[in-house]
Amino acid sequence: MSRSAPSALPVFISSLSKHYGAFCAVDTVSVDIAAGEFLTLLGPSGSGKTTLLMMLAGFARPSSGSVRLGDQEVVHLPPHKRNIGMVFQNYALFPHMSVGENIAYPLKLRGVGRMECGERVGKVLDLVQLGGYQDRRITQLSGGQRQRIALARAIVFEPRILLMDEPLSALDKQLRETMQIEIRRLHDRLGMTTISVTHDQREALTMSDRVAVFSRGRLAQAAAPRDLYERPVSRFIADFIGESSFLPVQKASGGLAYGGQLLHLADAADADLPEPMLMLRPERLDVVRAGQAARDENTNVFNGTVRSVVFQGESLLFEVGLDQGDVVQVRQSNRSQCTENLPSKGERVDLLLNRFDTRIVRGEG
Amino acid sequence: MALTDTSLGHIRPPVTDAELAYNARALEKDRRRENIQLLRLALPALAIVIILMVAPIGWLFSLSFVGEGGGLSLENYSRILTEGAYVSIFVTTFKVAVLVTVFCVLLGYPVSYVLAMLPDRWAQLLLLAVLVPFWTSLLVRTYAWLVLLQRRGIVNETLDALGLIERPLALVNNMAGVVIGMVHIMLPFLIMPLYASMKSIDGNFMRAAANLGSSPGHAFRHVFLPLSMPGLIAGTMMVFVMCLGFYITPSLLGGGKVQMIAQRIEQSVSLFPTWGPASALAVVLLVLTAGFLALSWLIVRRLTANQ
Repeated sequence: MSRSAPSALPVFISSLSKHYGAFCAVDTVSVDIAAGEFLTLLGPSGSGKTTLLMMLAGFARPSSGSVRLGDQEVVHLPPHKRNIGMVFQNYALFPHMSVGENIAYPLKLRGVGRMECGERVGKVLDLVQLGGYQDRRITQLSGGQRQRIALARAIVFEPRILLMDEPLSALDKQLRETMQIEIRRLHDRLGMTTISVTHDQREALTMSDRVAVFSRGRLAQAAAPRDLYERPVSRFIADFIGESSFLPVQKASGGLAYGGQLLHLADAADADLPEPMLMLRPERLDVVRAGQAARDENTNVFNGTVRSVVFQGESLLFEVGLDQGDVVQVRQSNRSQCTENLPSKGERVDLLLNRFDTRIVRGEG
Repeated sequence: MALTDTSLGHIRPPVTDAELAYNARALEKDRRRENIQLLRLALPALAIVIILMVAPIGWLFSLSFVGEGGGLSLENYSRILTEGAYVSIFVTTFKVAVLVTVFCVLLGYPVSYVLAMLPDRWAQLLLLAVLVPFWTSLLVRTYAWLVLLQRRGIVNETLDALGLIERPLALVNNMAGVVIGMVHIMLPFLIMPLYASMKSIDGNFMRAAANLGSSPGHAFRHVFLPLSMPGLIAGTMMVFVMCLGFYITPSLLGGGKVQMIAQRIEQSVSLFPTWGPASALAVVLLVLTAGFLALSWLIVRRLTANQ
């Protein structure tokens, strides 16, 4: 985790719920966010992540629960008394004010003098690499510049918490990736407790210290990006974060079996999970012509036939029909030592899976 | 450098310069035909505007320079400038227009705001309440006000019954009556453009203001009000300009005591043997109106240029 600023506060969300009539948008969610931590709320649309963020900002009234910033309960506070910075999805920069006036707006409200105001606006503009943009109109800015100004306005008054609602969704792919790195760099520098909402898993993995995945109003898993990817607690998470295929496995004496074939597992304890499924990440499998693979206790081998090969630039995506009837995807990196001698459509193949990549997840829930 | 890809060279049918030239001519002809087609579609409307608007106004304009003797003269205009009666008519006209506009803004702004804040379904229902009177005949509404506002009308009777007044208020046949009636008629013209412009203000602007530390009142004054300005100016100008030429309501509810330009034009036509004086008044009204519209257009353009 990055270093936290002295003013950064931890956030404690306890049993927070929001009902709209019979519909439960957020269902008894409890999450703790450490001071200076970058937490991303990730989930499909309608999963409750945005509603949760709106409740933190004070724009939506929770049905029940508690939100504490440090030791202060804020659930009853109106938004303008929370002192929380926020970057809005479409930035919400005031079109009738210049860039400088937009950024000075929260400072003026806090009684900061003219001189200091100008100084701090200049400093924060330098920080987002738009020094000297004070007098520009909002309409003169590109999407990426607006994003930076929105960020500058949200942090200029040194709020205790920074919220971001899909901050990069309006940008094109290339700019989005640049900004992900830049926001992360800025966070490392300022150490503000930051809570961001996104439906883009790549963005969540790139920027966050920790990712909280939501599904139908509930918290499904909160973990560091790497743990989330490597050790998802359920099929839902595995499906949502990264690509995966799932194979049904059965309990057998000595562990779990797929189609009668006993599996070498990374973690023997996985055999006790309810409704176990074998999670296969496409990049963790190797595809070789049938009979060319050496078998040992560190490799699981599956037999099948190549159904299609798709060239995707940095990699080749194979679709392989297993003899047991399931279809799995395999990604082979597009490097010359990997791509020479690859099988083609219709060929019999073996799929190799290292034992330490043989992960079992809970089927549902 | 232009890249060319002719990888199918062996089976590409050749394209000659003559064929390319023929295509260019055909495309140009196509473009011209499309323009002519567009002109044809606009022609009926254009003809109507010229025959019914441009020609009569031009004729009116030329009539305004014809003196009593039948010769070319500026006497119609000099009379407007020098005779006190005319000056007071212009003053009354502007006074009524300003008062009506101010009351329309005071009543219409909150209504538009509520409409813009309500969920769509409710807003549409309430908008209907604004529009139904708008669709009713102007004459009917004016006479209805005459009935309501007269000495022993419903308004005075009710106030009397409540013990709020000792003798009936003079609500009609004076400036008050004219303003009340005209405000009622003009209100939809203010509310509609204002509502449309408020509706287009992103709710996130007010959220952002609150998030940055603005109390609701402060956020309204510094964010919502300036953003609704283009709509407010459009509505205000619409009302103001329409007021300048209003005829029926002031003549019925004013009881002859409130004289506006349109009434004076009507009198001029019956008073003088020639149309000159009335035409001159109409031209002055038209020029003033056009001036106000141009001014409002400039202001709105200035405001929206920044957004």
